[in-house]
Amino acid sequence: MSNMNKTIKELHELLKNGEITSEELVKESLEKAHQLQEECNAFVTIIDDANPEKVTDNLLSGIPYGIKDNYSTKGILTTGSSNTLKDYIPYFNATAIEKLNKAGAVKVTKTVMDEFGMGGTGTTGHTGIVLNPWDKTRICAGSSAGSACAVAAGVFPYALGTDTGDSIRKPAAYCGIVGYKPTYGMISRYGVFPFASSLDHLGVLARNVEDCAIVVDEMKGIDEKDMTSWDSKNINLFANLKEETEGKKLCYIKELCDISSYPNADEELRLHLENFHKTIQKCRNLGIEVEEVSVDRKLLNALFSSYIVIYSAEASSNMSNLTGIIFGPRGNADNYIDMIKDHRTNGFSTLIKRRFIIGSYVLQKENMERYFKNAQRIRRLAVDIWKDLYKKYDAVISPVGIGPAKKIEDINKSHDTNTVTLDEYLCIANFGGFPSITIPNGFVNNLPVGVNITGNCFDDSNVLNIAYTLENALGYKNQIAKEVKNNE
Amino acid sequence: MSKYEATIGLELHCELKSNSKVFSPSKNSYDVTPNNNVCAIDLAFPGTLPVVNKECVKKALMMSMALNCKQPEYMCFDRKNYYYPDLPKGYQITQFYNPVGTNGEILINYDGKEVPIKIHEIHLEEDTAALEHLYNTTTLDYNRAGVPLLELVTEPCITCAEEAIAFIETIIGMYRYCDISEVDTKKGQLRCDVNVSIKEVGSNELGTKVEVKNVNSLSNIAKTIDYEIERQTALAEAGQYDEVVQETRRFDEATGATIHMRSKADAIDYKYFPEPNIPPIKIDAQWLEDIRREIPALQNERRKIYTSEYGLDEYDTNIIIKDKKHADYFEKCIEIGIDAKTASNWFIVQILGYLNKNYLDITEFYLKPEDLKVIIDEINKGTISNKQAKEIFTKACDEKVSPTKLISQEDSQISDKNKLEEIIENILNNNQAQIESYHNGKTNLFDFFVGQVMKETRGKANPVITKEILNEKLK
Repeated sequence: MSNMNKTIKELHELLKNGEITSEELVKESLEKAHQLQEECNAFVTIIDDANPEKVTDNLLSGIPYGIKDNYSTKGILTTGSSNTLKDYIPYFNATAIEKLNKAGAVKVTKTVMDEFGMGGTGTTGHTGIVLNPWDKTRICAGSSAGSACAVAAGVFPYALGTDTGDSIRKPAAYCGIVGYKPTYGMISRYGVFPFASSLDHLGVLARNVEDCAIVVDEMKGIDEKDMTSWDSKNINLFANLKEETEGKKLCYIKELCDISSYPNADEELRLHLENFHKTIQKCRNLGIEVEEVSVDRKLLNALFSSYIVIYSAEASSNMSNLTGIIFGPRGNADNYIDMIKDHRTNGFSTLIKRRFIIGSYVLQKENMERYFKNAQRIRRLAVDIWKDLYKKYDAVISPVGIGPAKKIEDINKSHDTNTVTLDEYLCIANFGGFPSITIPNGFVNNLPVGVNITGNCFDDSNVLNIAYTLENALGYKNQIAKEVKNNE
Repeated sequence: MSKYEATIGLELHCELKSNSKVFSPSKNSYDVTPNNNVCAIDLAFPGTLPVVNKECVKKALMMSMALNCKQPEYMCFDRKNYYYPDLPKGYQITQFYNPVGTNGEILINYDGKEVPIKIHEIHLEEDTAALEHLYNTTTLDYNRAGVPLLELVTEPCITCAEEAIAFIETIIGMYRYCDISEVDTKKGQLRCDVNVSIKEVGSNELGTKVEVKNVNSLSNIAKTIDYEIERQTALAEAGQYDEVVQETRRFDEATGATIHMRSKADAIDYKYFPEPNIPPIKIDAQWLEDIRREIPALQNERRKIYTSEYGLDEYDTNIIIKDKKHADYFEKCIEIGIDAKTASNWFIVQILGYLNKNYLDITEFYLKPEDLKVIIDEINKGTISNKQAKEIFTKACDEKVSPTKLISQEDSQISDKNKLEEIIENILNNNQAQIESYHNGKTNLFDFFVGQVMKETRGKANPVITKEILNEKLK
């Protein structure tokens, strides 16, 4: 009898009625985790000695969940999937973990990510590649790869993620589940390893919108340890969750969603966009107004490079604390400079070092204006355009990525600029701090694909309600990954 | 006279007084035990975030206003990126793009006149850990990491060591008056970078700037400036001015010389960018006004009043205004009606003397200005002598009792003319020989008679009346 494929509300009912115990859930979850670890390599740590929690009125009490390995967990190994912190055991909890502890949620795993959240493929963690549970020749996307993989595989109903560009929302799409990052600062970042502080969001991956609402309600709140956090006590996502269509207006961006932008489109992209437009039709059938809008192609195509410049700059600075002097494995050398060099040379993967170099380069005095400041200008311009859209529309709806999960061998395949823009443009929600949610909207080649809804800051309830309405109409709720064999 | 003149600019780093550090809840206090006041934030553990200490922002704004700087609309912070073992994050949080104060100017008292010194900017930042280099190892003390620091940068407008010292002393006075910092140089709370260049007298073009980093005491700052002026001038006079290069040097205490550290080519690019973890903090106009009102009258202002209104001399004035608490005490004395000169004398001689002798701070001093007034009033009334007054003063302080009580307990001064005449008559009768000598020209015997009266009355005879009677009787 499997329970871990159930929703949070269902599990809570069963626990409350005494039909199952927290102990049984933890046991099942751990067993499934070990099984998935064999198959997909989703975990840095499986917490075998996880203690069941007392069941209270809190919906999360007694229920197991997974945590991305960049959330500091007191007394539990937290590596950021990096060799530079491969033995690091924090002595304090991230604020979000602290809150879930109070709720009585049970930590059962620390999930694999791209090293410090950089990568977007789930292939750069120090413990190896995370495989997609739908098709093991494909990636889960990243950086919240292990969390997406495990939730999709039914190890637990939800797992925590972080999102700097699309790190929750793309893996969710590739794994056929829901990924939600609320407005910037709604959840405290304290204790979560930074990647690019001005873009970093915390969030959750689950199998339905309601579960996302329940979890984020527990995680959010102003925190005196994070000056960018804000008071959201007037926002009750779960309590306000309802199907709403009346007066709702969405828009999609023509340049991104029209097949004519992609003369070299492969079959997957074509099917993906067709499927997206079916979803648009579904919205209209539901009574939601959807309009096509146009955004300057030049600006759209500048988003990704601006994103790279900003995150590289912030990351190169944020990770300067990783010297192996105060924590982390100490480098071998007889002076501190060489000790730091040894630690960083051996600790970081090539991809990260490349980004540090870019970050350093764009911040140099002679390059600052041309790269870093221009990137900030593009960020501002783009966010202003989106804010303008929100004056007229409740949210922007768009396809996630350029198709279903990519094949492992294809991750470095180059695409034309327009295709890259479509693949990467969800970072607009990080630029603006917008609430953004991805839900599954069908299949391409038997593999799940997703659709994204991004609304204005502080309008999280509205965004979730639209997603909730659409989710019920689309019928891909509560999906558990079933391995598919595509014969090619 | 040299045909060259110096141009000097200063960067003063001063540690602020506060309960906690500028971006973390760790205690901000000098601790001899290393690494006692540290937390995860100070050590840059992954995921920790800075939280700005409002008290530090307030003090920075206060100093910005005291220096007549312009305050920004928002309090913003930036990152200064570089690797050094004393910097756990790999960057220092500072203010680069939008400092808390710009374009200020203050007047300093130098060379008997008021001289303006222009302030380029002042900004709030965090201190680094303290390194101690031992024989073959270096120790790190993170107590200092994250301690609030104000950096003040002058324009290159200072001309010599004496003027620089007068400026720094004024600044130290301001920090202490505003209760922003104790500026204890022994605890390393004040550190100075000195920029020196020379140019031909009258020329508008500045010469090559040499920076001397981390000079830590007033005397070393003066020595550094003098040494650099002399070194650069000697090179210029020898026709070798091209050997003066833009570089960073350090002051070597043992030799009194400055030594090359790094050249401009090795200058670090700090890659400043806005600190994303601290959103810009709007500086509320009302708050600013409230802070402005908290700025006390500073030394210069008080100096003017003391010398022009109270008629004190420069020397006494400087003693009193050195410490705000002293000046406040003195001013209270005047406010309640003690004559300024009398108050100044009593304050400098008796009160400061007593404090020094007993290693006391004025806050621990028992006598209130009102108590002092009681004593001084009694002198003026002629009820007690100066000598008695001093005894009462000391006794009141030692025993922490009100002087009013002591004055009523002590036998008061004998000012009764009849009684004194009687006593003097007796003395004169017993000293006929001395009277004779006096009349024969030994007029200094007058003091002998006064002494006898004092002896007889155990010092309580009113000296003025005593002298009057004696003069009369010895005619």
